[in-house]
Formats: sequence, structure tokens, C-alpha cells
Amino acid sequence: MTVETLEYTAKDFSSDQEVKWCPGCGDYAILKAVQKAMPLIGRKKEEIVFVSGIGCSSRFPYYMDTYGFHSIHGRAPALATGVKLANPDLSVWQITGDGDALAIGGNHFIHLIRRNVDINVLLFNNRIYGLTKGQFSPTTNLGQKTKSSPQGTIDNPFNPGELVLGANGYFFARATDTNAKAMTEIFVEAEKHRGASIIEIMQNCVIFNKDIYADYTGKEVKLDHQLHVEHGKPMIFGKESNKGLVLNGFKLEVVTIGENGITEKDILVHNAKEEDATLHMMLAKLQMPIVTGIIRSVKSDTFDQRMKVQVEEVERKSPFKSVDDLLVSGETWEIK
Amino acid sequence: MGTTAIKEVDKVVIKFAGDSGDGMQLTGTQFTGTSALLGNDIATFPDYPAEIRAPQGTVAGVSGFQVHIGHAHIHTPGDNPDVLVAMNAAALKANLRDVAKGKTIIIDTDNFKRKDWEKAGFEEDPLTSGILREYNLVEAPITSLTRTALEGIGLDNKSVLRSKNMFALGMVYWMFSRPLDYTERFLKGKFGSKPEVLEGNIKALKAGFNYADTIEAFSSASTVLPADMEPGLYKNVMGNEATAWGFLAAAEKAGKELFLGSYPITPASDILHELAKHRHFGAKVFQAEDEIAGITSAIGAAFAGDLAITTTSGPGLALKGEALGLAVMTELPLVVVDVQRGGPSTGLPTKTEQSDLMQALYGRNGESPVAVVAAKSPADCFNMAYRAAKIALEHMTPVILLTDGYVANGSQPWKIQRTKELEAITPHQVEESMQNWQPYERNTDTLARYWAYPGMAGYEHRVGGLEKDELTGNVSYTPENHEKMVHTRAEKVQRIANYIPELSVDGASEGDLLVVGWGGTYGSLLTAVNQCSGNAKKVGLAHFSFIKPLPANTAEVFAKFKKILVCELNNGQFVNYLRGELPQFSYQSYTKTQGLPFRVVELTHAINKTLEEK
Repeated sequence: MTVETLEYTAKDFSSDQEVKWCPGCGDYAILKAVQKAMPLIGRKKEEIVFVSGIGCSSRFPYYMDTYGFHSIHGRAPALATGVKLANPDLSVWQITGDGDALAIGGNHFIHLIRRNVDINVLLFNNRIYGLTKGQFSPTTNLGQKTKSSPQGTIDNPFNPGELVLGANGYFFARATDTNAKAMTEIFVEAEKHRGASIIEIMQNCVIFNKDIYADYTGKEVKLDHQLHVEHGKPMIFGKESNKGLVLNGFKLEVVTIGENGITEKDILVHNAKEEDATLHMMLAKLQMPIVTGIIRSVKSDTFDQRMKVQVEEVERKSPFKSVDDLLVSGETWEIK
Repeated sequence: MGTTAIKEVDKVVIKFAGDSGDGMQLTGTQFTGTSALLGNDIATFPDYPAEIRAPQGTVAGVSGFQVHIGHAHIHTPGDNPDVLVAMNAAALKANLRDVAKGKTIIIDTDNFKRKDWEKAGFEEDPLTSGILREYNLVEAPITSLTRTALEGIGLDNKSVLRSKNMFALGMVYWMFSRPLDYTERFLKGKFGSKPEVLEGNIKALKAGFNYADTIEAFSSASTVLPADMEPGLYKNVMGNEATAWGFLAAAEKAGKELFLGSYPITPASDILHELAKHRHFGAKVFQAEDEIAGITSAIGAAFAGDLAITTTSGPGLALKGEALGLAVMTELPLVVVDVQRGGPSTGLPTKTEQSDLMQALYGRNGESPVAVVAAKSPADCFNMAYRAAKIALEHMTPVILLTDGYVANGSQPWKIQRTKELEAITPHQVEESMQNWQPYERNTDTLARYWAYPGMAGYEHRVGGLEKDELTGNVSYTPENHEKMVHTRAEKVQRIANYIPELSVDGASEGDLLVVGWGGTYGSLLTAVNQCSGNAKKVGLAHFSFIKPLPANTAEVFAKFKKILVCELNNGQFVNYLRGELPQFSYQSYTKTQGLPFRVVELTHAINKTLEEK
């Protein structure tokens, strides 16, 4: 029962279970991109664990031929933390959705990020509840009519990136389910990053929120409405690659190269490794264009490593070598 | 030790009571520790308010510590104090009704001014009103004597006042002929870096001791000779501490790393504190963001191969319910400790009760059986924590260990067990020799599935909260499969009965009345049954440590008695469980829900009344 080779292909990560998402669901593309990323991360299959909560996306672990845990609604961050602390050598992935991560599991989500546990979180954001059939979620656009908001929502939505950075996150990326190549690249980078890596995936729910991202991902508009950032490169986008971002006072502004004396040199260069998250926050918040790619990736200590180091340190210093030493320690007396 | 002869007494109950900032818990534990080293049998009961510093001088703010020491064997902290130390008027008000006429009351007269007794709720000055006439009252200006004794050593007023508990302790040490060295050693450890505070405390202690020797308020000093204990090495343990050690021992014996996921809650937090001290055994102690994360992180750790536990009290167990169901469905080893307190809701956080039994047995959605066990005394927490871990690891099931505030915070001498004396723990893991292993294939005897966890090559599999196929563990909605799994999960827990000790009986093993109890009431019940055993009637005690499943011989034991009286600190939860499990017997119920343990006298009345009834 052993798989000795590390020469995996994407197929090796496909389980024998029939995939049961709706035809046309964005989740299929994400599953493929993950299966493609797996052979690239250099980990043995038995060292990989996928943990999920509840929701359409959370069926994901059943489709991966690795260790997997489909847990309960909202709690995957805590469960995944337990897995990682039990065995810090594992590669732990959490699959979640906008309801699972940001509504019922909001508390666990921010604490996972605050602690910076080395877990890769794939947040499938379709801005709707799919599994319960069409209620609004914490990321649904204000005013949108859904089954549970027939007159339109009156809730202000969350922007996941703002939450991640607000909780002192060190890695935040955004991807679209229509760009498989970018997803795979980001997943590989997320695995390399030590700490909580949060990837928001703009995912299309064909049944309950069809084309919610069409204005970003449509063939005609995507180049003009998406800015894919890369560390060290100027933030340029557009069909003609002539649009870019500059700072105007405390705000980001879209400018056109060649107009008003703007040259490529004026365009901001993306620095994902900058510790100060101010600019990363602006990028995460920007609505037009929407920013994809790795917005923030800053090195920091991880919770799991700190715990490991602390345990090893006290082990070295402790006078107790076994539990018996502890039990007979302190004030004792002998009855003869 | 003065000129008077020392009187030997068989046992004595002392209650230290004062403001919650007066250091009464410390005073009580010092007296306990000293007496333990002298070889007395001991039981203690700390009783303190939920507020950290309730309003000074009020009854609500009284903190007490009762200690029972004996030459004879004792099993409870005692119904009524023989000596009450009341550091202020409120402490007297709160405890006076528990002290029998003729017993000794030591009061700090400095805290009995008009404003003090008014604040405590007395209508007139208790020192002159006559209500204390029939007691052996020792009026000592403890605060001012402490101040005088500590003059000139350069301590600020606050620190001087904080030393008065040591003066009171010194007095009680003299009364019961206790040496000072244990407390001196303790103070040196605690205040080693603050020499003037150390000096102040030791001076106050000695001044109190000498004061008691000098005044003629005490006719003579007494002593309690060592108890006739089984030979061995002993130490004094508190319940929560013993629980933590039981898990450490279990992890070592099972060859597993220990993971604790926990969120602070009274009165369970001390288990978290104790395990956090012992990371050197590889214990991974994770203080989670809430109760749910406490248990789900533990489930994650169990999935990844650790001995995983989570600790809580009643309200926390309610929050953990859904996740506990997940552990039932995924059939992972997990121990949940519920240190019970008075409920419902926030209830009585610092008071004891046994009212989470039904929650432990049934407080989840669906057919969701877990094993339930309970600890009967502070030292027994070690055994039951160990046992709970053993059941979880060998039977691949969640186990709930019920203790309670009384057992968790109480202390008693513990004959130290060495790990080599403990039964082996063999986690139910996959074996190399297994062919075509399936995640839900089972051991035919126990019905436990075989544990395989990340890092093990070739065993990659998925688990989750959806119903499982009986063999592959894949999601299954087949009607027959669900029904079979419901029955299998129940049967797996039931079969644990084949692996636990049989129910034993204290006192008469057959006869007129079987007193039945479970968990932390053991000491009170045993004392009461022993006291009633002088009667012409035959009375036995069956005390349950294993609740689900019940020991295999339970019906056999019950059948030997004419009457069964189930005593518990709730509204009749265990008796109703027994009525469901063993309906062939007729049960009577005696309950108490005051946030307090049983008094022996209450139990003997109940027992005698039941015996007299036709």
C-alpha cells in the first residue's frame, strides 16, 4: 500500500468519488487547478490534508486522494489548526466558502489569521449561499434580491481582503475561477509561504448567482477590469497595457500611460513583501479594476513553529524526564 | 508548645472565612499541606464567590475554605466546622448557622465595628447581642496585632494588612499543634524575591502562634494523630490537577502526544493551567478562541494522531455539542472533561452540581452515543482521566468525563501511582499486516474502527460529518446503511461494558437498602452509609464511576436489595436514566440543588427515612 514516487501527476490526486457539483460550477475549475498544483508542491500524498466546513465548496476533500476531513459549518479553521499543531510537518489546506468562512465561521477565520498558523485557505467566494439554495451571504452586494432578501439586502457586505489584512494577515491573494493558470501558480506560492495564506477565489455559482463576476471575467472586459499584480512589477493593465495605478494623495487612481504626461515610470511598482499593509489594503479594496494575484506575502513567525520551539525549549530545561518524575515531585510523605 | 497538655482528637473540621481578598484559600491550603505532611487523612472544600473581588465586607464577598483532618479515615470536608475563623463580620454572618453551639469561633475584633456588622447584615452588634454566648468565642484583634508585630520592618500598610491571614493561621497551628516549617518553606518560595514581604509573613505567622500560646482563651492545644493509611508515598492533590496528570500519564503510556484544545471557564480552567505547565512532556496546549474551537481543534488533533482532549464546564459543553456529534460520526478518540457547576445558563459558576448528566448522555442532535464516566473524589480524577483516555483510544470513541466543582477544587491525600502500575493503553491503530484496509472496517470484538492518520502512507482517506458507508467510510445516504450505522455506533459504546471494572458495593452487599450515587458525592455517601450500618437494617452503597455504559453486573447488584435510593445533586437525572436502562427495578430519589455538596446528616436522615417507610 505504498506510493514511493514523488513523480505525481494531477490525476494522482483525483479520488474515486464522483464529483457532484452542478454542471458549469466554478468549483470544477478550482478542483482542477488544485490537482495541478499538488505535484508542484513537492509533498508526499500522505502528508497533505484537506479540511473543509459546510457548503458546496466544502465537499472538496472527498474529491482529493489525500487525507481529508469534511467537518462542520464554520469550524474548519479550528479543526485544521488542531491537525497542524498535532503534526506541523503536514501540508494543511482549508477549503471554505463565503458563508462558511465569513458568517458562521467568522470568528475562527480571523483567529486563524491572527495566530498565523501555517495553513492554506481557499475561500470560494460566490457571494451567495448555494447549498441552502440561494440566500444572501456576507459578501452579497448591497441591495441584491435573493430568496431571503426579496426586497433586496440591507446588509453591508464584507470584503474578504479587508478582513484578512485587518486581522494582520501576512498572505492574501485573489484569483478568478476563469484563470486556471493563475490559480495554480498562486496555490503553489501559498504553500511555499509559511503562515496563514488566504486566497479569495471569485467563483461563479451558475444556479443562484450566475455571472455575478461577469463584469470582471467576461472576455470583452477582463483585461480592462482586472489588474493582475506581480511582485516587483509595475501595476499596469488594460487591453493595450496602457493603464496603471498611481497614488494621488491617500487614494489610488487609475491613469493612462501617454496621457497627461504619464509615463510607465510613474506607475506604482507592486511590493507584496512590504510589511506596512496600507497599500495592500487599498489594492484589496479597489473595485475597478479588481486586483488579482498575490497582493501581500510577508515573512513572519508562525504559530505552529513557535509552539514547537516552545515545547522543545521547555523539554530541554525541565527536570522532569517522565511523568513519574512529576508525580513524585513537590511535598510528599511516606507512610510505612 | 506551652505548658498545657496536648489533647488528642480523632478528627476536626476547620473553616477559614474572610473577605475574598483576605487570602483564605491560601490559608486553608497551607493548613491542609501541613496536616497532610503529618500523615492526617484530609478532605477540603473551597467555597468562594464568582466575583474576583465582590464588595468588601459583604456576605456576597465572603471566601471560605473548609478543611477536615482526621486520625480516622474521612471522606468529606465535614458538615459543620469545629473551629470557625471569621476575619470579619460578614464571614461570621455567612457561616454562623453551620457552627454548632459549644464549638470554637475565632474572630478578628478589628473588623467588628458598627459599620462592619451593619454591612454584614446584622441588626445589632453580634459581639454584645448574645448570639455568640453559647460558643467558645476567641476575640482577638488580629489586624492590629499583626500591625504591631510588623512595625519597623518597612512594609507598606497594604502589605501589612495582607499578612493578617498568616497571623490567624499561626493561631490555628498552635491550637492543633502543627509545625510552622511547611508554611515557612512555602513563603520562602513565594516571596523569595521580596525579602521584606517574606519577613512580614513569617513574623505574622509566628506572632499568631505565640499569641495563641500566651492567651488563655484556649484551654489546651489539641492534635490529630496520623491516620492509619495504606503504606506508600503520598502527596496532596486537587481534583483538576489530578485530572491533568491522568492525561499526561495516559499519553505517555499510549505512546501518544497530548493535545489540549480549551477555552477558559470556571471551574475547569485549572486543568488548562496545569497542562500548560507541562509542555515539556510534549503536551500541546492550545487556548482556543472559543469553546467550539477548543473541541474542533482537538478533533483535528485526534484525526492527526494525537491523544486529544478538551476541557470545559456545563455552558461550554452545550457549545461543543455539534462538534461532539462530529467526533461520534468520524469515530475518533477524544476526551471531553466537563467540570460541572450549577446551571442552567451561567447559573452558579463557582458552586457544585451534578446537573450535566443528561446533557452528557443526550445533548446532541441525532442518535449520538458517547461513553460517559465520572470521578468520585479529587484523587480519583487521576484514575478516571486515565481511564477515559484509555477507552477513547482503544474503542475509537469520544468519552465524556464528568467531574464537578467540589471534586475539582477539593483536595485529598493521594497515594502516588507510578506509571508502570497503570494498565497498558493500546491505541486501536491500523496494523502493517492489514490487507486492503477500509476506513470503517471494525474490530469484531469492540467494533472499534482502525485509526490511520496523516503521515501514514497508503492510508489516505476522507472522513466527515455526513453519514458513512459501513465499510468504506464514503458518504452514504442508503436507508439501510444509516440504520445499521446507528445501531453499530450504539453497540460499540455498549460493548465498552466488557472492558470496564464491575460495580462494587461498600457496606452490606445485600439487604434492605442500596444507596446509589455517582461522581463527586462518593465521600458523603460512603460516610452516611457507614454511619447507618450500625442499624439492624442492612445498607449498601453502589457508587458509579461508569455511567454509559453501565457496568455489566449492575442489575445483579440491584437485585440483591429490597429498596434502591438514588442520591444526586440535581433534580433526578441519574435515577431517570436508570429507570430507562433497568426498568425492572423500583427506584426512590433523594436530590439536592443548592450548589453545595451533600451533608452527611442530610443523607443519614434520607436513608433512615427510606428504611422506615413501608
